Amino acid sequence: MGTSVFYFVAALSILFSLMVIFSKNPIHSILYLILTFFTFTVHYVLLNAQFLAVVNFIVYMGAIMVLFLFVLMLLNLNKENEPNKSALLKIVGVIAGCCLIVTLIGSLKSVSLNDPLVLRNPNLGLVKNLGKELFGPFMLPFELSSILLLSAMVGAVLLTKKEGNI
Amino acid sequence: MDLTFVIEKFALVTILFAISLVIAMYSTYAERKVAAFLQDRLGPDRAGIFGLLQPLADGVKMFMKEEIVPTNANKWLFMIGPGLAMLCACIGTAVIPWGQDIVIGGRTIALQVTDINVGVLYLFGVVSLGVYGVMIGGWASNNKYSLLSAIRAASQNISYEIAMGLSIIALLLVTNTMSLKEIVAQQHGWHWNVFYQPLGFIIFLICAFAETNRAPFDLPECETELIGGYHTEYSSMKLGFYLFAEYINMFVSSAVMATLYFGGYNYPGMDWVAIHIGGNLAPIIGTLVLFVKIFAFIFFFMWVRWTIPRFRYDQLMGLGWRGLIPFAIANIIITGLVIAIKNF
Amino acid sequence: MESLSKKKKVLIPEPLSLAERLYLPTIVKGLATTISHFFKKSATIRYPEVEREFSTNWRGMHSLKRDEEGKERCTACGLCALSCPAEAITMLAAERKPEEKHLYREEKYASVYEINMLRCIFCGLCEEACPKEAIYLDGPIVPSDYLRKDFIYGKDKLVEAPLTVK
Repeated sequence: MGTSVFYFVAALSILFSLMVIFSKNPIHSILYLILTFFTFTVHYVLLNAQFLAVVNFIVYMGAIMVLFLFVLMLLNLNKENEPNKSALLKIVGVIAGCCLIVTLIGSLKSVSLNDPLVLRNPNLGLVKNLGKELFGPFMLPFELSSILLLSAMVGAVLLTKKEGNI
Repeated sequence: MDLTFVIEKFALVTILFAISLVIAMYSTYAERKVAAFLQDRLGPDRAGIFGLLQPLADGVKMFMKEEIVPTNANKWLFMIGPGLAMLCACIGTAVIPWGQDIVIGGRTIALQVTDINVGVLYLFGVVSLGVYGVMIGGWASNNKYSLLSAIRAASQNISYEIAMGLSIIALLLVTNTMSLKEIVAQQHGWHWNVFYQPLGFIIFLICAFAETNRAPFDLPECETELIGGYHTEYSSMKLGFYLFAEYINMFVSSAVMATLYFGGYNYPGMDWVAIHIGGNLAPIIGTLVLFVKIFAFIFFFMWVRWTIPRFRYDQLMGLGWRGLIPFAIANIIITGLVIAIKNF
Repeated sequence: MESLSKKKKVLIPEPLSLAERLYLPTIVKGLATTISHFFKKSATIRYPEVEREFSTNWRGMHSLKRDEEGKERCTACGLCALSCPAEAITMLAAERKPEEKHLYREEKYASVYEINMLRCIFCGLCEEACPKEAIYLDGPIVPSDYLRKDFIYGKDKLVEAPLTVK
């Protein structure tokens, strides 16, 4: 049963992520992106990574996407006030997209089929085990990333302050 | 997974759904009655004795009203909005332990739909998802007032989620687990978490008011500034769903507060009851106690609504970011220090 | 500017105390006030079943009075209609026939007497103008109705019920 659910959800996530790109209305794009994240949450649950699933749910679906939606609703983007894109921009876009595809294909080549036995501890995704891993072997990267986030936060606060007010 | 298990869970879900709907229905009645009593009035008393059939009359009225979809509204999203609000309100009940295990015919039945080991985070996720119903509904109405209030709702919810999460972290430091079942089991008898986390409880309570969009934080639906709020364009049962979702949210957050801080189904003297009465009756009494706590919280929600006037928007944001969050962080630090000293 | 009257008081708001800035004590005070009202007797009167007592000089619906023998007092002089500032009263006079002597006190009586309750302002001038003490505004509140024509009250609604002999 697990694999069939996986294929179903995987198909859904590919479908929704395609819809993100192809839908004309930016708000619809965001809503499809939210659905895509929801399917990711289901993937995490299938992997027995409950903590990651819930955190993905809260942080990505519940907070970041709300902010995206928020900004897009405020901007009220539609066809009338969309600026005309120059040919140069389009060419740059195509090149950037092709670079991404090349990278993806390159990384696909080095990937072998997933071996379920690799995951020695199936309960790794539970809160207790994950916490022990994060604050044990991965202590330094974890703390470094938190400092990175903190500096981003401080930077954002600085940007919102007007000059001379600092 | 045997069939009885599925039937058992299905029955539990159905009962919970029915209970939340009935409680939401009668919350509308209770709200009007409480408001009336606090203002020296009588409240609705025409439909049935003491007006007890008033919710039914209101429901019939809602159903019979004309369904209007604005011409330029986004039809699909306009319909999804209220449904999403209702869904997010209802699924919170799944992880709350409603009572101790009951034994029927040799089968132990847990009065909890599912005991996931990240129960607290699940609740938190459901709360954060709740804002989508409001935002989608407000945007799809194609109305400036609705959009404004949807944006207000979103920023309010995000701001207060942070303080709420921080207050929960302090609680988790005390409980050492995220499973709601264990959190409740730890609060046996009188050992309620509110005595260990009073500041955390007050912060959580204030945030619960903000998250359920109840007065004094009901800015997303303030009539004087935004006509009706995010549901300005809604009519008939879609409007009913939004209003219902608010009351179910209130019920669920009352249940969460009772579970996290007020011991859930625990009450002083429960051991004595378990020994002398025993059987299935003791857990049922526990469940009743939980519901008494929930009703007390719902009453408190209403009591506060008819006491405190609405905040101004900048006051709301100031309270959230400059008031509650520093307090919550201080609470975490103090709790952590106390626990560290204890274990030292 | 110097205040000429010397009555001007300049209030300098004191900085809020800690209890006031915490805001919670005042909320508790407010909650105590509202809950004290919870147990007070409600001021509501359930109107259709229970009616509030009217004051002694209350002016309600008109009634045309009868004398001690049960004869109608009105003699259709028209003074009430003349005195009415709202032009609400109209009537038709008729001559009493010998066999109607027990019905009407005077030889002339009002065969039709109509008051338009939508025009009437309940000023009580008709009451004052009447030389025969035939009209008084001592009735209840005029009931509501659906059609304008139903607010033109004829003698059927205005004349007092005949005295019953016990």
